[in-house]
Amino acid sequence: MTLSGAAAIVGIAETDYVRGSDRLPIELILEASRAAISDAGLSGPNGTGIDGIMAPAGFTTAEELAVNLGIEDLRYAATVMMGGASPTAALASAAMAVTEGLATAVLVPVGWNGYSIFRPRSGVRQPRHTFLNTSVADTAIDYYRPFGALAAAQMYAWIAMRYRQIFSVPPEATGIVALTCRAHAQNNDRAVMRGRPMTMDDYLESRLVSEPFRLFDCCIETDAAAAVVITSSERARDLKQPVVEILGVAEGHPYPADDIPNRTDLFRIGLSYAAPAAFSMAGVSPQDLDFLQIYDCFTDVVLLEIEALGLCGPGEAKDFVNSDTIGLGGKHPLNTHGGLLSQGHAWGMNHVVEAVRQLRHAGGSAQVKDAQLGVVTGWGDFGDGSIAVLGRGR
Amino acid sequence: MTFMERPRPQLDGLTGEFYAWCALRELRFQRCAECQQWRHPPRVSCAACGSNDWSWEKSSGRGQIFTWTVVHQALHPAFAELVPYAVVVVETEEGVRIVTNIKDISSLRLGLSVTVDYETESNSPGEPVLVLPIFKSLV
Repeated sequence: MTLSGAAAIVGIAETDYVRGSDRLPIELILEASRAAISDAGLSGPNGTGIDGIMAPAGFTTAEELAVNLGIEDLRYAATVMMGGASPTAALASAAMAVTEGLATAVLVPVGWNGYSIFRPRSGVRQPRHTFLNTSVADTAIDYYRPFGALAAAQMYAWIAMRYRQIFSVPPEATGIVALTCRAHAQNNDRAVMRGRPMTMDDYLESRLVSEPFRLFDCCIETDAAAAVVITSSERARDLKQPVVEILGVAEGHPYPADDIPNRTDLFRIGLSYAAPAAFSMAGVSPQDLDFLQIYDCFTDVVLLEIEALGLCGPGEAKDFVNSDTIGLGGKHPLNTHGGLLSQGHAWGMNHVVEAVRQLRHAGGSAQVKDAQLGVVTGWGDFGDGSIAVLGRGR
Repeated sequence: MTFMERPRPQLDGLTGEFYAWCALRELRFQRCAECQQWRHPPRVSCAACGSNDWSWEKSSGRGQIFTWTVVHQALHPAFAELVPYAVVVVETEEGVRIVTNIKDISSLRLGLSVTVDYETESNSPGEPVLVLPIFKSLV
């Protein structure tokens, strides 16, 4: 029995991406969850047909979701604790649950007030619970924060700085990643940066945040939620949407996962371990991919992930990324929705949603012609990685 | 040198012991009693040999810059007046790497030789007084 192709993504949804919502994360998450269930056309005795929940690593719980959705018979609930790598990694647990009969349909939602939590406004409610802490928090509190490294931009910068120094990566290489995502956002009604195109000069002139990161190397903070629904591929064929199968899925962790500096190789990230496993499970090569939805919290992270995927060798991503390759119409279009850099931040679940949209051939003006096979990656905490190879069912 | 009130480490357990040595102006890391492997941040057991026996051993205090960032946007009031400031990773002669600060941002480059120095919190809100190991260029 193999997991490859046994489960499918049958429902997708996302909220608007807002810089300053008045709504609580749970309200956003429920909006996305109900829309994803409706998109799947599911119905059942408890009103939704959902009996499994992969609860996100914060902002809500499986229990809170179940009672608000009226799921009286929750048979499977779990949480993946990998920060932004969680949504894609959670696809593995959801696929196993529906394949092994632990659940028939699993909801995988995520959502937060990623803009408003850092900018509290009078009269706007804040959630009681935010991030679920992991061991990376202890390392940061005890050994990074006292020295002035408090945020992801400052800690990932250690990886990015060494990467740019060792491989002589010019700012134009990371700039192309930012520009490509910005260009693709122009096709997306839900993208925060729609209507705000960017030039290389704009990128190069943007202010320094934490070297080597400029402002436009960093993703945009938004209040948003997104959700998907997983069921068996067999059952998916009876549902209303074109079937999108999970052909390969894996997670990986850098070593040590809870401390960035003491890794033998800073560029051996979680995805370096996960990608070969996922491609092997799927029985495909990275060269076969019709599109890349790559977790893009920072531009340098995209370059590292391109190398981890095996699309090029170490230090070669700077030459791999050019608009002929990663632009729409190129061999490997990158983040056709605009990504975290230019659409908005839903912990990378927006990448999963976009991948499914592409494989349904419902991508609108961003559609990759005749897309049959694509990849989604996740990155979280101190470089944990996840990957899903998705294919259009036949 | 001193600094104003910063986000404090959780000064209990092994982290408390690490900073207690810093307060004595001694940079010490864990070293396995069985296989002599150094390690940092502190761990309960040795990943190399599995031994639970270890001691705090004194570092030479010398090392090289492994990587760094220069922060231009402060995310905490304690750092507002310090920008732009460097948060660097130093690879010590013992082989372990530590997150720390170096004041002279113009000297930053891979492999720069550095030596330990110490910085004390000027208005320590709690006990014990917090002393941070920072580094300076050897040249």
